[in-house]
Amino acid sequence: MLNIKITKICLNAAVALILPLAVSAQQADPSPAKPSPNIESHIGNLNGHSDSGADLYYRYCWGCHGARGNGDGENAPWVTPLPRNFVPATFKCRSTPTGTLPLDSDLYDSITRGFITTNMPGWATLTTQNRADLVAFIKTFSARWVTDKPGEPISVPPEPALTLDSIKHGKALYQKLECWKCHGQEGRGDGPSASTLTDSNDQPIRPYNFYTGYRFKCGTSNSDLYKIFMTGLDGTPMPSFADVVKPEEAWDLVHYLRTLQIWHKSPELALWESTPEGADIVKAERVRNTYTGNPMHP
Amino acid sequence: MDWSKFINFKGGRVRARSVPFSLFLLLIIALVDCRPANAIPAFARKYGMPCSSCHEAWPKLSPFGQQFKDNGFQMGNDRDAPIFQSPAYWPITMRITPNWHLEHQDNAIVDGPGGPNTALANITTHGFDFGGLDILTEGTLAHNISFQLVPSSDETATFHFESVNVRFDNILNSSWLNVKMGKFELDNLQSEKRIMTLSSNGGFYQNYHFQPWVAPGVPESSYVFGLGDNQIGIEWMGHSKDDRTRVSASLLSATDGNPAFQSGVGGAASSAYEGFIAGSRAFQLGNLGLQRVGGFAYFGRASTFPQYTTDNAPINGTGTGNEPYYRAGFIGMWYFKKLDVTTMYFYGHDSVYLGTNTPSNAGSAGLPSGAHAPTWNGALFETHYTFNPQMIFINRYELIRMSQQALDSNPGDLGNVDALTFGFRYYPFVSSRTGLAFHNEYSIVWQRKTQVSPTTGLPIDLTSSSLMFGLDFAF
Repeated sequence: MLNIKITKICLNAAVALILPLAVSAQQADPSPAKPSPNIESHIGNLNGHSDSGADLYYRYCWGCHGARGNGDGENAPWVTPLPRNFVPATFKCRSTPTGTLPLDSDLYDSITRGFITTNMPGWATLTTQNRADLVAFIKTFSARWVTDKPGEPISVPPEPALTLDSIKHGKALYQKLECWKCHGQEGRGDGPSASTLTDSNDQPIRPYNFYTGYRFKCGTSNSDLYKIFMTGLDGTPMPSFADVVKPEEAWDLVHYLRTLQIWHKSPELALWESTPEGADIVKAERVRNTYTGNPMHP
Repeated sequence: MDWSKFINFKGGRVRARSVPFSLFLLLIIALVDCRPANAIPAFARKYGMPCSSCHEAWPKLSPFGQQFKDNGFQMGNDRDAPIFQSPAYWPITMRITPNWHLEHQDNAIVDGPGGPNTALANITTHGFDFGGLDILTEGTLAHNISFQLVPSSDETATFHFESVNVRFDNILNSSWLNVKMGKFELDNLQSEKRIMTLSSNGGFYQNYHFQPWVAPGVPESSYVFGLGDNQIGIEWMGHSKDDRTRVSASLLSATDGNPAFQSGVGGAASSAYEGFIAGSRAFQLGNLGLQRVGGFAYFGRASTFPQYTTDNAPINGTGTGNEPYYRAGFIGMWYFKKLDVTTMYFYGHDSVYLGTNTPSNAGSAGLPSGAHAPTWNGALFETHYTFNPQMIFINRYELIRMSQQALDSNPGDLGNVDALTFGFRYYPFVSSRTGLAFHNEYSIVWQRKTQVSPTTGLPIDLTSSSLMFGLDFAF
């Protein structure tokens, strides 16, 4: 009988312990207010649904992007650069002109790819349907998705044949367009303006370092690089050059920028190194610093 | 409120009414308060992500968490190497579980009026307790070089090293080329180190540790092996970029993970090597989720007698007369949105010498009459319903059926096992740095004819059960 009583007391104590803890936890942090539901996304044959995306968002994303999508998740203070605020619906990686909303596929690609040099990983392990659902849910955070339409995607003409002239013309454009002011003469992200740059959150932001990087914020291919400076990276100091350069000039710039990635093998770098001028420049750059193998810490 | 009105006991056993009531009470609390949960303190601190990213409900990995692990604890966003971390960051997590538990065993052999081990009794014990401590340190040493060091203790603070390894990741920039060496968990898709149940009877997989019985009351004693035990060796592992395809192969010392060539019990380990291979493929099935199917096989060799002894004590590492054993199986992990079911088929085989505890130096002449290599089949069905990242319901049923007994004289069902476990885990509060789960579990295991009744001399079944309420926390 004594054992029975002891057991009864123990279980009572366990229930009494659990109940107030759970109730107090419930009071401490109100449930996040979910934005308006029932927005869809369309990526190819995929149709995403925001109501399905909500469950995924509150599993994977809210810690950084916040329960209301305004980038104030509880981890945000420890994340640099700050997580994306979805309320203004301003996105870096688009195939649409600067200032316009991106396509659903742009957001889908961003989720899939992630963003290098940030805390945002790639989410390719999620199913394609999951990612489409997340895109739909992200759109519920901003009224712009109701009032505006995504911009018309820019056309990316076929890449012209790689020539030495193209690289040299790109090199001249790099000077003419003053890319060096932010990215530095050697593309190391150490131009004279680099230390003064801030993003739309008024946070310091570093220009892209071609010397160490081989992936870009918005992809890895030449056409991704083309789109980056023809659409700009909204929310960052990187403007769109669509009104300044012609498409063929943009490709020249692409070819030149690839030669700045001296640790990343590419046809552009090989061609550039085959010239005495290019070989000297690349050799000098390689000698200037011994690359440690760490892509972010030469 | 007088809760005792709702909780009733009889004969020291919990009546069914009390358990459903507790479950009902916590379910109501959980349903009222459905917020995102997170944990994984060390990695959460490093990456600033909720634990629900990598865990469907910790410690169970999500596909994203599996990829993170397979990629050498790297997100691939150029923020992985420790050079990017705050100098204050320390990649350490501790996990322990204070709990109340009740253990019950039918047909336990106890001392009686006739002397030692002459009576049978039903034994029930219960009380407040706590489990062992895991000190989990994992992370990156440099870009594409990761490590695991897990000192682990039992509840008396006796430590051993659960994991000690270094892994070279993405060699030649290929996700198919990852190599680690040291002590590590086998590449089990159904990870016992991430098991969702913790009680004495439910805290491990029966199929992973089963070894057949030589005869009623006589277990195999030549060697000890568990597919769920961490092993010592070297592993090659490869996976596709999206982790849909995974393959691995390991070369291991035949020590069941024990250091210094100890076999774990009795006999001396040999210097033999063993192998483990595993492979799986995931595929998307409509909008139901990511399904995964795979297979695995372990090829082992255990010594049956020592080559040298000192004062009749075997010298570790000199075991010889190695005899083979193997385990193989198939696994399917099926997702139906919030409901997932893991199914596993398991096959085991031990050499006739291992199965009869017979040194092999005398050859077949030394075997008892009617001896056979024991074989068996097993199955596992584990179901989870993840209501949300804060609440997961767990059910598991395992069975093991002998297909060939070690001795003709054995009952056909000697050693057969049925094990049923169910429970739920509730993660009550939101924190980006710590994790806490209210762990609630009941588990019961039936083993057939594994004991000999001291009163009748006949083989009898052994039934044991556990009831557990715990506070499983990590920080």
